[in-house]
Amino acid sequence: MATTVEPDRQTATPTYADVTRDVAATLGNPSRGYFLLLGFIVTVLAIGVFSLLWQIRYGLGVAGYTPPIMWGVYITTFVFWVGIAHSGTLISAILFLFRSAWRTAVYRTAEAMTVFAVLTAGLFPLIHVGRLWYAYWLIPYPNQRQLWVNFKSPLVWDLFAISTYLTVSTCFLIVGMVPDIASLRDRATGWRRKLYTITSLSWRGTDQQWRHYTRAYLYLAALATPLVLSVHSVVSWDFAMGIVPGWHATIFAPYFVAGAIYSGVAMVVTLLVPLRRVFKVERYITVDHFENLAKLLLLTGMIVAYSYGIEYFMAWYSGNPFEQQSFWNRAFGDYWWATWTMLICNGMLPWLLWFRKIRRSIPALFVLSLFVNLGMWFERYVIIVVSLSHEFEPYAFGHYTPSWVEWGILAGSFAWFFMWFLLFAKNFPMVSIAEVKEILPFPRKKEAH
Amino acid sequence: MATPGGLLAAFRHLDAATDAIDNLKKQGYEGFTVYSPAPIPQLANAIDHPNSPVRLWTLFGGLTGLATGFAMTMWMSYDYPVVVGGRPLGSVLPYVVIMFELTILFGALSTLAGLAFHAWRTNQRAPYDGRFSDDQIGIFIPCPVERRPAVEALLQEAGATEVKVETA
Repeated sequence: MATTVEPDRQTATPTYADVTRDVAATLGNPSRGYFLLLGFIVTVLAIGVFSLLWQIRYGLGVAGYTPPIMWGVYITTFVFWVGIAHSGTLISAILFLFRSAWRTAVYRTAEAMTVFAVLTAGLFPLIHVGRLWYAYWLIPYPNQRQLWVNFKSPLVWDLFAISTYLTVSTCFLIVGMVPDIASLRDRATGWRRKLYTITSLSWRGTDQQWRHYTRAYLYLAALATPLVLSVHSVVSWDFAMGIVPGWHATIFAPYFVAGAIYSGVAMVVTLLVPLRRVFKVERYITVDHFENLAKLLLLTGMIVAYSYGIEYFMAWYSGNPFEQQSFWNRAFGDYWWATWTMLICNGMLPWLLWFRKIRRSIPALFVLSLFVNLGMWFERYVIIVVSLSHEFEPYAFGHYTPSWVEWGILAGSFAWFFMWFLLFAKNFPMVSIAEVKEILPFPRKKEAH
Repeated sequence: MATPGGLLAAFRHLDAATDAIDNLKKQGYEGFTVYSPAPIPQLANAIDHPNSPVRLWTLFGGLTGLATGFAMTMWMSYDYPVVVGGRPLGSVLPYVVIMFELTILFGALSTLAGLAFHAWRTNQRAPYDGRFSDDQIGIFIPCPVERRPAVEALLQEAGATEVKVETA
């Protein structure tokens, strides 16, 4: 395990002008490497699109669903991407309300990640239902069939929760970017100047604009905070509302929210490590930022590990044979490898973060974040697939193996997410100009003399 | 609408800008515009605007969302009754989820509308300089030609690094 402490390349406190210049420099013409990476991502996306078209052409039978396991990779991946989104809102909204100054350099990356992750997650319930052209039936609109949606169904709750989350996160991201885009507009030339002139919405940083802006931003953060807690709670109730052993537990909402933030912080680390190096923003995104993210990982990782323990404890303590066999099957049944991947990646590896040297080692954190991402995908796989495979009656037990179509769509979802992220990173500031300036001291006359 | 004539001053130091604002207010000047690259609390204190009314938009938006969520779920439940096990059609508990989400959604959209409305309503038609989004604070004071020497002296005394005459 690497334990080297990476020194900051530039340690001097940046000035306001430095911030504008350094962030604007990240938006220069893309390199050959950027286009190669984008090309690779689009190729993987094409595989995902082909897989989806195949499923549309031949029906859901091409997925590996086998009764009683009718929820598989699609719902697993849906929960995974919703979870990824959560740390973005934690960093951008919750830490904003706590006046946590360190968030300013990393929140834009996290918030953009949120929007693109929700955008990806929202596709999966549609893919899962098969006939995705009927997905609009979930929306309560007056229709010739003269019927309304069933508001008691968690599927309808999901629709409201996810679409609200996407809308509010997008608003929050756009509002936060407007002053930065205005700053870039004043420096850009050519087509970028035109783009930034339109997207800066006539922002000029006047006292009246800041007066309304700071209030609006505060209230958006205040609204986003309970929203983020509600969204993954609602997602957890997709399961907890069912009577399936392994699902029907009151712990699910806090367990899912902690897991979501845990996986999201891991994804922020995964994205920030290459980003700060490629964009040369080590001066703004420092080792201290990574240590703070590592502490968040440690905290949420401990909550997740505790939840795993509680799940097993309750299965034993309840005396319910169905719960007991379900959890026994998780650990020692056909899917033991998935369960132990989850337990090792999420419940054991994060204990390394108790060591300061590891918290401050960027290579170690990067590797750890990849393991957490892997572990969190498997957590959802275990909860969904393994629970469904061993419900009540032994004659109805089953086994599920995902088909190439499902793997293709899963890979395509990663490509879809990274494509948006890559396009965004090269055209809009990934480090907030105005908010980084906000925590820097503005020069004073007395200091100048 | 054309921009008014007056003086546009640039400041490299925060205390110079706050001194200039204090002196302008003492001299009775109103309607000046202050530009800054980030929200700076000391500047906001010096200008001393009343609280933004955007908060009311958030409140009314949120309440509208809550009422919409309640009315929509209850009315639709009775308009197309799905009786399950003889339980009440309008069961509020599961509808809390919808009401909550609509409270947040309407509150956020309404906040955004409030921001757009008040930013438009208090739009300050004043000359602008790209430096004010970078590392300088700007103040534009609309004033007639005969008062400009006095205002220019006030700004220079406070520590303005540049004062430009802007014609209408």
